[in-house]
Amino acid sequence: MLNDFLIRASLAGVGLSLATGSLGSFVVWRRMAYFGDATAHAAILGIALALATDLPIGTGTLAVALTMAVTVSTLATRGWAMDITLGVLAHSALAIGLVAVSFISEARTDLQTYLFGDILAVSQGDLGFIWGGAVLVLGLLVWRWQPLLTSTLNTDLAYASGLNPNREQLVLTLALATVVAVALKVVGALLIGAMLIIPAAAARGVARNPEGMAILATLIGAGATLAGLQLSLWQNTPGGPSIITVATGFFVLSASLGKMRRR
Amino acid sequence: MSLIDAKNLTVRLDGHEILTNVSIRIEAGEIVTILGPNGSGKSTLLRTLLRILPVAEGEVTQAKNLRVGYVPQRLAVDRSMPMTVRRFLSLPLWVGDADAAAALRQVGVPEVTEQQLTELSGGQFQRVLLARALLARPQLLMLDEPTQGLDQPGKTAFYRLIKEIRRETGAAVLMISHDLHAVMAASDRVIYLNGHICCEGTPQIVSTAPEYHALFGFGLQETLALYRHAHDNGHTELVHHNHAEHGHA
Repeated sequence: MLNDFLIRASLAGVGLSLATGSLGSFVVWRRMAYFGDATAHAAILGIALALATDLPIGTGTLAVALTMAVTVSTLATRGWAMDITLGVLAHSALAIGLVAVSFISEARTDLQTYLFGDILAVSQGDLGFIWGGAVLVLGLLVWRWQPLLTSTLNTDLAYASGLNPNREQLVLTLALATVVAVALKVVGALLIGAMLIIPAAAARGVARNPEGMAILATLIGAGATLAGLQLSLWQNTPGGPSIITVATGFFVLSASLGKMRRR
Repeated sequence: MSLIDAKNLTVRLDGHEILTNVSIRIEAGEIVTILGPNGSGKSTLLRTLLRILPVAEGEVTQAKNLRVGYVPQRLAVDRSMPMTVRRFLSLPLWVGDADAAAALRQVGVPEVTEQQLTELSGGQFQRVLLARALLARPQLLMLDEPTQGLDQPGKTAFYRLIKEIRRETGAAVLMISHDLHAVMAASDRVIYLNGHICCEGTPQIVSTAPEYHALFGFGLQETLALYRHAHDNGHTELVHHNHAEHGHA
């Protein structure tokens, strides 16, 4: 059954949604959109690094994404002008990564794959990596759920309850870097941010509680994957962008529903 | 052992010295009120005692595993996070429905359980924050202007509630307040803060200190009479710190 490329692609997307639903909710709550982009774009640099040093792609992207995530997180606690700093980091990481990749001949031909993913070419080995990473991230978030929510809502309340918001920030940083490495094959560096934010934003329109929003975002992510793959097969469109397009459809639907309900 | 023992705290924020050489100790079961003008460092002191802010000098010692219920002055809730009152009460520790309902009833807003935090009025939100703080079964309640947004009967009821909570749970209370009369009626000890501790003592003693009258603007006659009385009992000398040196009346 796993031999069928469509089934592997569906499993890859659903596996990724397991992590991006909850993590994406935190990205929305903490307004970390640029943070996600900076980390995701750094993955391109990781690919160049991996190819140049004969490391596995997964290891290279994970290492560079982690470095970027920790850097951004550290700058954030020092109170830098985050908007600008993150903008610079996000875009320069992408540009420098693309320049680095252009030096490696075998990578040049695959450039589009790294930018937009290649979900229809997911192998059984990739599936193991994706599911392993996604389950790890989900487990981490479930384990730290209450402290994470408290620190996200208000750091002062977290401190007063004996929690350390900096430690919770580190948990999210680690989770984000892992998701970037995992998502690269599925939606590519350019659309990882979209996979995190759009399903969560769509879920926000109808959710009443944080858990409801995270679960709904997971379902929307998985649903968008399955429908996006069908769209891709039917119209011969690229896989990753088709998934994000369907997810955006969910967002528009949810936003309209929310508006009608408030009326 | 004291719940909190802070010695010689100096706190700087963005290069400004907000607190200078402040020492404060909170014992189990006492109600302590911090008074002082705007910008005198009251909230900063509370947040320093909670170890939210770092100290430049001095140290804060908390009793081991101290359970604190904290009600901040303001809590900005981001609209991006959906959160009902009921769910909020279970942060960071899960509480049962019965306990949650009882806490909301105790603070006088039993009807808001299923409302979103962002839909609450200022006064309702303040009470929900207090309910959450109580559910932590605190040994120490820290309240930063807890009666803002309440009308006068509401304030009176609030201070009655605080005394009742202390009686039922034995929790100590450290609060910042501007409601003079209620403070005087409900506090065991009052600290007058203005960057440093100007004076402290029982409400009666502090109410006779000149800073206090500068703040609350009592008649001069009355001020002098009370001040003389305070000097007669010889207590203010002990607790009265050198305010002249810090350049305020």
